[in-house]
Amino acid sequence: MATMLPAFSLADMAGGDRTFPTGAPALVCFVKEDCPTCNLVMPLLQAAHDAGEVPLLTAGQTVEGNRTLTERHGLTVPLLDDSTLKVSFAYDVETVPLVLLADGDGEEVDRLVGFDRAEWQEFFGNHLPGTQVDWESLPKWRPGCGSLTQDPVIAERLRAESENSPLRARKIEIAPADDVHEFLFDQGFTDGLPVVPPTPERVLRMLSGTKRDSQEVVAEIPPNYAPATVEKIAINAVLAGCKPEYLPVVIATVEAVCNKTFNIHGVNATTMGASPVVIVNGPIRERIGMNMGLGVLGQGTRANGAIGRAVRLAVRNIGGAKPGGTERSTLGNPMKFTMCFAEWEERSPWEPLHVERGFDAEDSVVTVFAMTSGPALCVDQSSRTAKQLAGSIGLSVEAAHHVRAHNAGDALLVISPEHVDTLRRDGFTKDDVREQIQKVTARPLAELASTDEAGGGISPERLAAMPEDRRNRPTPKFASKDNIHIVVAGAGAGKFTGVYHGWAGGAIGSMPVSRKIDH
Amino acid sequence: MATILDPTDERVPVARTVTPRSGTVRGNVALLDISKPRGNVLLDQLETRLAERLPDVTINRYAKPTFTKPAPDALRRDIRDANDFVIEALAD
Repeated sequence: MATMLPAFSLADMAGGDRTFPTGAPALVCFVKEDCPTCNLVMPLLQAAHDAGEVPLLTAGQTVEGNRTLTERHGLTVPLLDDSTLKVSFAYDVETVPLVLLADGDGEEVDRLVGFDRAEWQEFFGNHLPGTQVDWESLPKWRPGCGSLTQDPVIAERLRAESENSPLRARKIEIAPADDVHEFLFDQGFTDGLPVVPPTPERVLRMLSGTKRDSQEVVAEIPPNYAPATVEKIAINAVLAGCKPEYLPVVIATVEAVCNKTFNIHGVNATTMGASPVVIVNGPIRERIGMNMGLGVLGQGTRANGAIGRAVRLAVRNIGGAKPGGTERSTLGNPMKFTMCFAEWEERSPWEPLHVERGFDAEDSVVTVFAMTSGPALCVDQSSRTAKQLAGSIGLSVEAAHHVRAHNAGDALLVISPEHVDTLRRDGFTKDDVREQIQKVTARPLAELASTDEAGGGISPERLAAMPEDRRNRPTPKFASKDNIHIVVAGAGAGKFTGVYHGWAGGAIGSMPVSRKIDH
Repeated sequence: MATILDPTDERVPVARTVTPRSGTVRGNVALLDISKPRGNVLLDQLETRLAERLPDVTINRYAKPTFTKPAPDALRRDIRDANDFVIEALAD
C-alpha cells in the first residue's frame, strides 16, 4: 500500500519557507547534530545536493544544531528548522538519520535509516546515479541515533500537543511502593503541610474553572522568572485544595502579586517576613463561598484557606522562592501558609475596597497587600464616639514595625461590624478614620528618638543635627493617609479591629495591586 | 502507579532524596535477604564480619517472601520501626 508522507512547511536558516510535497520527487531527511551517524552522512547529503538530481528537504531537530552542522561540514544544502519537532513527530521518526524519497505527490518511494553502506550505495545507485561518492572510504555500518522525539519528556509533550490536550506539564510517576504524600514532601512541593496530589484528572477538573487557554502565560514569577501558565497555576491550586470555581481568583492573584508594583521578589526575600494578604471583593465572594464574617481571618473556610495557599504554592513551586533559598525571613510568619479573605461589603457603610480603587461595584476584584505581621488586635470595647474609636485604632496601629517608626509603610485595617457601627453612627467616612489616625499619632520627631531606657526610632545624633523646627514638627505615623487601607469584615459580635502591619512601602518596597477576576 | 503533574517550572529533574548519612554505624542494623539463592550465605558472612568489627551493634535478620516482588508493607514497617540501618543482599 502506498504511504503518503505528511505535508509540511519549514523555515530554512535564511528564514525562507520550504514546503513538501513539491510537485516533483524530493528527498526528505531528518538529522540531529549530536548524532555521529548523522555527521557521517552529511557529506553524502551535500553531494546529493551538489549533483542536483533531486531536491533535499533536510530537517534538523535543533536550531543550534543546524548552525553547527552547517559550519562543521561546510554545507550549502539548506537545513530546515524542526526545533518544535512537529514534523519529526508527524513522521514518527524513531531513528536519525532518516532519508525518505518521495514522488511529486508526496508518496514514499524508498527509505534509509541509520547507515548501512550497501543500502545507501544501492539507494544512490537507483535514485541518484549522478551523485559521486567514494563508498570505500566509508564504514560498512553505523547505527542511527534516537530521534529527539523519542525523549520521554518531549514525546509526552508532543503527544499532548497533537491530541490538543490542555495538559503539557511534565508527568511524574510515583512508584507503587512509595507513599504519594511522602513523595510530595520529599520533592519539596509542599509548604510543610500535606497537599492534594495533582493527578491529571484533578488538574483537568481544575481547568474547567476557567475559560482561559491552559497554556496562556499569566505572569513570570521571580526569582526564577518562570512562566506561570494557567495549567501550572491549576496544578498548584489542586495541591492547595482548591475547587475549580476558585481558579479564576487564584489566577488573578498570581497576576497581581507578579506585577512589578507589588514586588513579590522583595516580599519573599525580605528578612522582615512579608507575605501577600489577599482581599476579594465583588459578586464572586458569594458564588464561591468565601468567608467574610465569623472568624474571617482565621481557619475553617475552604475558599479562603485554599486560594491564599494556592498563590503561595505557585510562588514557591513555579517561581522557586523557598525558605533558605531566596525566602530569607528571620522569623517567618503564619501568613506565609495562606492569608485570604473577602470584604463584607454589605455590612459596610462605605464604598468597598475595589470601588475605592476604581472598579465597578459589580466587578469581582482581588487586591493584594504586602504585610509583615497581623492581624494584631485592637481591643476597644469602651469608645462610644467615632472620634474616640478611630483615635484608639490609631494608637494601636502606631505599634506597627516599632512605635517610634513613623513614615513606615502601609497598614491594613479590618474593622469589625460592631466597630464600624460606632464609626457610622457619627457619620465617619473612611477618610475621617484616616485623618484621626494621623492626628493621634502625630508626634514631634524629638519624641521619636532612641533613649537609654528604650532604643529604636531616630538616633540622638541624627536628632541633634536637625533644625529645631524640624525636631518639633509633628509627624504622623504614615507618610500619607493613602497608606492606610480599610475594609470591613468579621462576626456581628465583638468590638475589635484587626491591624496588619505593612512592609517597606511606596516605590522602594511594595504597593497594593488590584486585578479584576475573569470569571 | 500514581501519576502527578509537575507543579514546578521543571528546571530541576525529579529526584529521590537519600537519607543523610551519619558517618557512623550504631544501634540496630537490619540484614534483609531478598530470597535470591545464596543471599543468605552472603548475609551470614556479613553478619560475622559486622559482629567482629562492631560488637555493640545489634543485628536483626529479615527476609522477603520472594525476590520477584517488593517487600510487603508490614515487613518494611517492621524493619523501619526496629532498626537504624538496613543492608539488603542482592546476591545472584
